[in-house]
Amino acid sequence: MPEQRTATISLLVDNEAGVLARVIGLFAGRGYNIDSLTVAAVDDARQQSRINIVTSGTPMVIEQIKAQLDRLVPVHKVADLTQLGAHVAREMALVKVVASGEPRVESLRIADAFRARTVDTTPGSFVFELTGSIDKIDAFIALMRPLGLAEVSRTGIAALARGQNTIQQ
Amino acid sequence: MMGQPQSGAEILLRALEEQGVEVIFGYPGGAVLPIYDALFQQNALRHILVRHEQAAVHAAEGYARSTGRVGVVLVTSGPGATNAVTGLVDALMDSVPVVCLTGQVPTHLIGNDAFQEADTTGITRPATKHNYLVKRAEDLARVIHEAFHVARSGRPGPVVVDLPKDILIGPAPYRSKPESAHRTYRPRTVPDAGAICAAVTALKRARRPIVYAGGGVINAGPEASRRLTHFVRRTGFPCTNTLMGLGSFPASDPHFLGMLGMHGTYEANLAMHGSDVMLNIGARFDDRVTGRLAAFSPGSLKIHADIDPSNINKNVAVDIPIVGDAAQVLAALIEAWEADPEPAEAIDDWWQQIETWRGKDSLRFTQRKNPDALIKPQYAVRRLYELCRESGRDVFISTEVGQHQMWAAQHFRFERPNRWMTSGGLGTMGYGLPAAMGVQVAHPDALVIDIAGEASILMNIQEMGTLAQYRLPVKVFILNNQYMGMVRQWQELLHGSRYSESYSAALPDFVKLAESFHAKGLRASCLGELDDVIREMLDTPGAVIADIAVDPAENCYPMIPSGAAHNEMILGPEQAERAASVTDEGLMLV
Repeated sequence: MPEQRTATISLLVDNEAGVLARVIGLFAGRGYNIDSLTVAAVDDARQQSRINIVTSGTPMVIEQIKAQLDRLVPVHKVADLTQLGAHVAREMALVKVVASGEPRVESLRIADAFRARTVDTTPGSFVFELTGSIDKIDAFIALMRPLGLAEVSRTGIAALARGQNTIQQ
Repeated sequence: MMGQPQSGAEILLRALEEQGVEVIFGYPGGAVLPIYDALFQQNALRHILVRHEQAAVHAAEGYARSTGRVGVVLVTSGPGATNAVTGLVDALMDSVPVVCLTGQVPTHLIGNDAFQEADTTGITRPATKHNYLVKRAEDLARVIHEAFHVARSGRPGPVVVDLPKDILIGPAPYRSKPESAHRTYRPRTVPDAGAICAAVTALKRARRPIVYAGGGVINAGPEASRRLTHFVRRTGFPCTNTLMGLGSFPASDPHFLGMLGMHGTYEANLAMHGSDVMLNIGARFDDRVTGRLAAFSPGSLKIHADIDPSNINKNVAVDIPIVGDAAQVLAALIEAWEADPEPAEAIDDWWQQIETWRGKDSLRFTQRKNPDALIKPQYAVRRLYELCRESGRDVFISTEVGQHQMWAAQHFRFERPNRWMTSGGLGTMGYGLPAAMGVQVAHPDALVIDIAGEASILMNIQEMGTLAQYRLPVKVFILNNQYMGMVRQWQELLHGSRYSESYSAALPDFVKLAESFHAKGLRASCLGELDDVIREMLDTPGAVIADIAVDPAENCYPMIPSGAAHNEMILGPEQAERAASVTDEGLMLV
């Protein structure tokens, strides 16, 4: 079995009805994985949205995913950020911890170490806001679990290539 | 006409006219009444009223594949659209350019579970190359032009345009075909020069080359077939065709090895298996062709030219990918071949080897010659072919799906492209009759024959009514073995001859059935009657059903059992026990 790899793929698409359904439907219909997905309008003038997908598969499958995405009529550009070189990928998470006493203090201490912001406080709970790589957020959540982790909401990643390269090129 | 504002329906028809549409296959209903009203008031567009919307799409496919033009379908909302879905997927799988216009409930009712509402764009999203829902009148003309562009360019395919009734009734502005390129959709047609050069270098060094050409060559237009023929004759390479590619290379040419794949010839499959350089043009390494992937042509350097980049490296890893239109790829290959000073390797030994394989005569069958003998289905197709050829007419063949389809592919020989219409990718029983109908509409004077099975033909038999209404002289040639033959064959070979639900019980009397639809009905029950029935069928000016009773026990050979490799073919019943050795993994395949 060839090795699996993770790929961060960014798409520039026409901001039209059903475009996200086309992308998701392609992944569902052909049995590809979606580990993370974000979508938002990025260019009002051109009516374009950007979709960022983290997926995994053998190199042949990743190539196939990109070719299939490129075939969709409203897709302008498909960029495999993982393959193109260094890129930054960031995700935001809101993490609710329900705790009192020592675990409550400990959760605040860890949040501080992770540079998380406390966006809601009650005597029995915190909501932390944290931005970073997927790994960093995973690590933070793992640390919060024994301290009273109650709920997590994550955005999925936003990603850009490092340096002067843009998806338009 | 130019002065006053036109309705959406009128704008729609104007756009169709500008796109060169002459014929629409359709069926009316509430949501498309404005279009039918506009059709009633004009003479430029001809409408063929089918008896079921699935047949409308297959008819458009037959029209498209026999002419190279876009086939056009018009159906109503809800059930009209859902009935069309099988045809759309069929066109998607076989890369047939079709534009399907579907009615929709008015925009303000969309999402309210209105009468005859269906989420047509949702349902057809994975069934089409692309689809549109027109929500604003000002988009209508642009979307229609775009739909035709998407359907016919790149790898062709079906496109749905969903048309809410208020858009059709209200006024809409007209826009002409755009001059500029589409903002995102720009399929690559011109191949990369470096890849062509690398391909020619590899082909010149080949000692055991093979050209494997598919439906992409036919889709690229008749010039692509001429170039393929020229290239193969110039290089002296052997050439095989996929099911979809039949006709892209003349079957009578000695370089032709016949069809390859599951029911392909021994020489084609062994040449694929033993080749050292394989040139795939416009084919997609389908599982019917490759057999067990791990054992597929293990020693060859693979060159793959396809207009759809997603076909490259999908099933089989290739060494030299070429993205481009088959006609342009072939032109570039021919030019580079002539420009390259290197002499090609001698391939006489390879041909000698191929001739030994060819000597096996893998399509052989035994027809007893006494007049009361059972007719072998292969013999019936051979005689049909020979008598068609004697007639000297331009002959178009469509098929349904199953054993008869494979026998037609093996024994009817095609010299030219666009003469062979069959459902390859989806394998849609019921394709052949409506497809033949579409072919006959496009070629009123040609001889159009649907080679059918008695089970498949019943899936769209209602289209006999359409043949009658428009006096379309389609000939339906039924190889009647009283079984869903291919199902029965697999049950015999793989499921201990337990013929579960594969017997065609309670068949109609096809002669009377033909007569009730105002056509001629003929029957051949034994060998002595066969030629007369075929002759009478060919000589009849109108539509005919010829019910040919064939040997119900005959199986389709040669065969690569599922999960087996090209060099593990079963040549005939004497080797059928080999199928019993199919692995559990093979059993899971279809």
